[in-house]
Amino acid sequence: MTTLSLRIVCRVLVAGAAFAAMVPPALLPAQQSKPWDQIPIPALHPFNPQQPRRIALKNGIVLFLQEDHELPFVSGSVFIPGGSRDEDPAKVGLVDLYGQAWRTSGTEKMGGDAMDDLLESKAAHIETGGDVDSTSLSWDSLKGDTDQVYALAMDLLFHPKFSAEKLDLAKQQEATGIVRRNDDEGEIAGREAAKLAYGASSPYARQPELSTIATVSVDDLKAWHDRTIGGKLIVAVSGDFDPVAMEARLRATFDALPTAKPLPPRHDAFPGPTPGAYFINKQDVNQSNVQIVGLGTLRSNPDVPVLAVMNDILGGGFGSRLFQKVRTELGLAYAVGGGYGYSYDHPGTFRVVVMTKSASTVDATKAAEAEIAGLTTRPFTQEELKRAKDDILNSFLFLYDTREKVLAERVRLEFYGYPADYLETYKAGLEKVTVPDLERVAKKYIHPDKLAVLVVGNQPEIKPGLEALDLGAVHPVDITIPMPQQGAAAEKKP
Amino acid sequence: MQTRMFSWIWKGFLMATLTAAIWPSAHAQDLKSFEQKTTVKVLPNGLTIILCERHDAPVFSYSTFIDAGDVDDPSGDSGLAHMFEHLAFKGTSQIGTNDYPDEKIALAKVEAANNAYEAEYLKPVGRDEQKLAELKKAFLAAQAEAHKYVIPNQFTEVAERNGAHGLNAETGLDNTMYFWSMPENRLELWAWLESARLSDTVPREFYKERDVVLEERRMRTDSDPIGRLIEQFLATAYVAHPYGRSSIGWPSEVSQLSATEAMAFHRKYYVGSNVVVAVVGDIKASEAMPMLEKYFSKVPGGPKPEDLTTVEPKQFAEKTVTIREATQPFYIEGYHRPSYRNPDDAVYDAIQDIMSNGRVSRLYRSLVEKQQIAAEAQGFSPFPGDKYPSLFAFYAVPLPGHTPGEMREAIHKEIDKLKTSDVTDAELAMYKTRARADLLRGLADNQGLANAMAEYQTRYGDWRELFLQLNRVDKVTKADIRRVANQVFMPSNRTSAEIDFTTPTAAAKNNGGAQ
Repeated sequence: MTTLSLRIVCRVLVAGAAFAAMVPPALLPAQQSKPWDQIPIPALHPFNPQQPRRIALKNGIVLFLQEDHELPFVSGSVFIPGGSRDEDPAKVGLVDLYGQAWRTSGTEKMGGDAMDDLLESKAAHIETGGDVDSTSLSWDSLKGDTDQVYALAMDLLFHPKFSAEKLDLAKQQEATGIVRRNDDEGEIAGREAAKLAYGASSPYARQPELSTIATVSVDDLKAWHDRTIGGKLIVAVSGDFDPVAMEARLRATFDALPTAKPLPPRHDAFPGPTPGAYFINKQDVNQSNVQIVGLGTLRSNPDVPVLAVMNDILGGGFGSRLFQKVRTELGLAYAVGGGYGYSYDHPGTFRVVVMTKSASTVDATKAAEAEIAGLTTRPFTQEELKRAKDDILNSFLFLYDTREKVLAERVRLEFYGYPADYLETYKAGLEKVTVPDLERVAKKYIHPDKLAVLVVGNQPEIKPGLEALDLGAVHPVDITIPMPQQGAAAEKKP
Repeated sequence: MQTRMFSWIWKGFLMATLTAAIWPSAHAQDLKSFEQKTTVKVLPNGLTIILCERHDAPVFSYSTFIDAGDVDDPSGDSGLAHMFEHLAFKGTSQIGTNDYPDEKIALAKVEAANNAYEAEYLKPVGRDEQKLAELKKAFLAAQAEAHKYVIPNQFTEVAERNGAHGLNAETGLDNTMYFWSMPENRLELWAWLESARLSDTVPREFYKERDVVLEERRMRTDSDPIGRLIEQFLATAYVAHPYGRSSIGWPSEVSQLSATEAMAFHRKYYVGSNVVVAVVGDIKASEAMPMLEKYFSKVPGGPKPEDLTTVEPKQFAEKTVTIREATQPFYIEGYHRPSYRNPDDAVYDAIQDIMSNGRVSRLYRSLVEKQQIAAEAQGFSPFPGDKYPSLFAFYAVPLPGHTPGEMREAIHKEIDKLKTSDVTDAELAMYKTRARADLLRGLADNQGLANAMAEYQTRYGDWRELFLQLNRVDKVTKADIRRVANQVFMPSNRTSAEIDFTTPTAAAKNNGGAQ
């Protein structure tokens, strides 16, 4: 149950989970027999992934229906534009609280606890959640319970109750996450790296504080709901249903709604990090978490296919330059990787992550920096290009090998206003990438002097110290958790 | 507890390690449809192949399941099974090398140099530091010489270039699992790669990889407060059985492991009778089976290795661990319970479900919702393994201002209720309904299905037990739950561990300086 988890939502994704492969050509002898190359690879079985049916309502709401009769389940989601980046900076955390209290409060007809009892007895679920750019409501149930669970979900969508009691419960969960956020080294590193890349007060990096969540009221939740529910909703249903009956059911709910109101466009500034070395001391670790960060780009950028190939060569998986050098050759890290990120409607981040024992912090960081800088100085080879393309294109199928994935991709493209055939265009772009493209793009986007280097680690063990990175004075980052004035602060005192 | 080949650093790993895979129940109809799609063959070398046809998309997933894990590490060699798993990505005599005959000689020299270095290093008295330095130099030189023959990461490179997706491996205490997904037209290529690495492993770059594994330990255990706590918790709960031993290995032991030891582990445990390979996806069993048989017959035969004979003695005194450090408080406790083969296995699953599953669960309703002392509270079992008698554990994450002591007391109150009064009919029915639905939901995923089929084939000798266990689920009664709770949740059978927040004494302050 994700709503109970303390895990912090990862707001900044490094693009490309695809792995890369690269072997220095000098090591590849011509005489190796390569028996695997003798194994026949027949033509792939023909495959036309089933696209969901898209129905655009007159009011701007879009429905997607994806039939799948393999198992007796039906599930659905409603995506609502507007998320934590749109919340009042004085009330950061509001959307998280909203996402929790919406479901746990329930409706006038049925409170959240009663809803839990009913749904769990049917092994069904209705959940709500908040994200950086949207909120959502989703449901799933056995086929036989479709009508009842759908009715309940729609009651929650349009008639939420928002109780003070459940808001308090959500605040307690949120507060627990806040006071614990400096316990885990990786969590600190990820969060602070995003703040370096976007700026500490950026809507894409700022964090809830005890003081900001304290100000959130039930009225704020109601106001948020009223403000967003009239937006351009996307409704996606999949599973074992009759398509005619399902369309009629969805139309009965959504057709009569007023014309959807778009959110005002955002005007965010993305200045990028102030270059230099940053340090956070954590006394109870013996491994440093190093994050080399900068600003990324938008997915709509026509250079994205080339960047994807470059990322694969730099830091995808086992075959990437970073993995080959820092892990395999130097043995300095278990976890190493990263790349130049792109998001759908705002710049992603450039990020390379290395985790290494305290004593080798400087060595591992320098090795990673050398691979980043090497993108502009060490020529890409045809062999590297071919390997990276093989990696990405031969596993491309796994972007749409289930009907759920096809549906999710279509919803994503619809939400961000991308063409429905984006994946095909992207694939065609990948196929065309050349070595000169890689050189051009690396020169255009890779600027080692614009990157910030953040280290979370145990200061006395880091020898040589971070001055040896030659990035100038090391800036300490204060991550002390601000405690509100009264009660809570007194408890924290020894 | 699991360690793996490649870091999934983007995932929260605590939950992944604390929640064991649960696959209870299903019904006869589902079983029948799966029997029609599934083919099983035991090869002459003892290796079992399971093929399950699902033709939705032109892809397949596989799982190679070895019935050996870190519980089988010899005494003094903790972490060996995991170390071998890393070796299984380094290639064979045909892949990953530019000249195997010469490489083999060079690798033998690496072993000799390592032995000489270790012999001097481990001398209890009279260690000659100058000689040690020379031996270390010779050891590094031998490694550099052997490295000349290596084509780094060629095995994974070939897999990835051919579309391998989700490529990884996991070593648990009970078993080791290798897995990925691929386009269906690469089935034979996969069979070549997988059978080769199982049967023809070369201990290439072992000592560099040992450093990598030590980094993995720093990440998972040393630098993670919960990782540290769990290691101490298990080490305290067990006095005899190796479930109490660090699964990734104690640093002093991992740092002394040798390639010779890893290969001996391979010879003993990677024999056909100890291996199940499951493939699920767009394959045709009648065509695939003869081809797979040809490749996987290369895995050496041999007797199935004996299971451990150590039995954890009955605990007679409560044990506790307290870690005092500048980390927010946390509480966990565990009670010894029997292995998965015990007839009450499904009763433990029922208790877990009723205590922990969702917002209707007893621990959530009591600790989180009503008393408002915890952000999260659950019971889970079996932990840290299932093959041997393990623990039924409970944990709770206190809200700010609340203590591990309050968690303990509140958990005990809920446990007492299980012992003194029956669960409700609704709770029991809910467990059975959800168990069946959860199983069904898992059937649409090739990789999940391959993993589960291989695991059930190994543990029960029959993959169909994945479905047939429904019978045990259905038989669970309220009286069973009460009886088991009274048997197991006894103070003398308990080990608890907690983190108490303590302000650091020598506070190294970050003096301002936000970016």
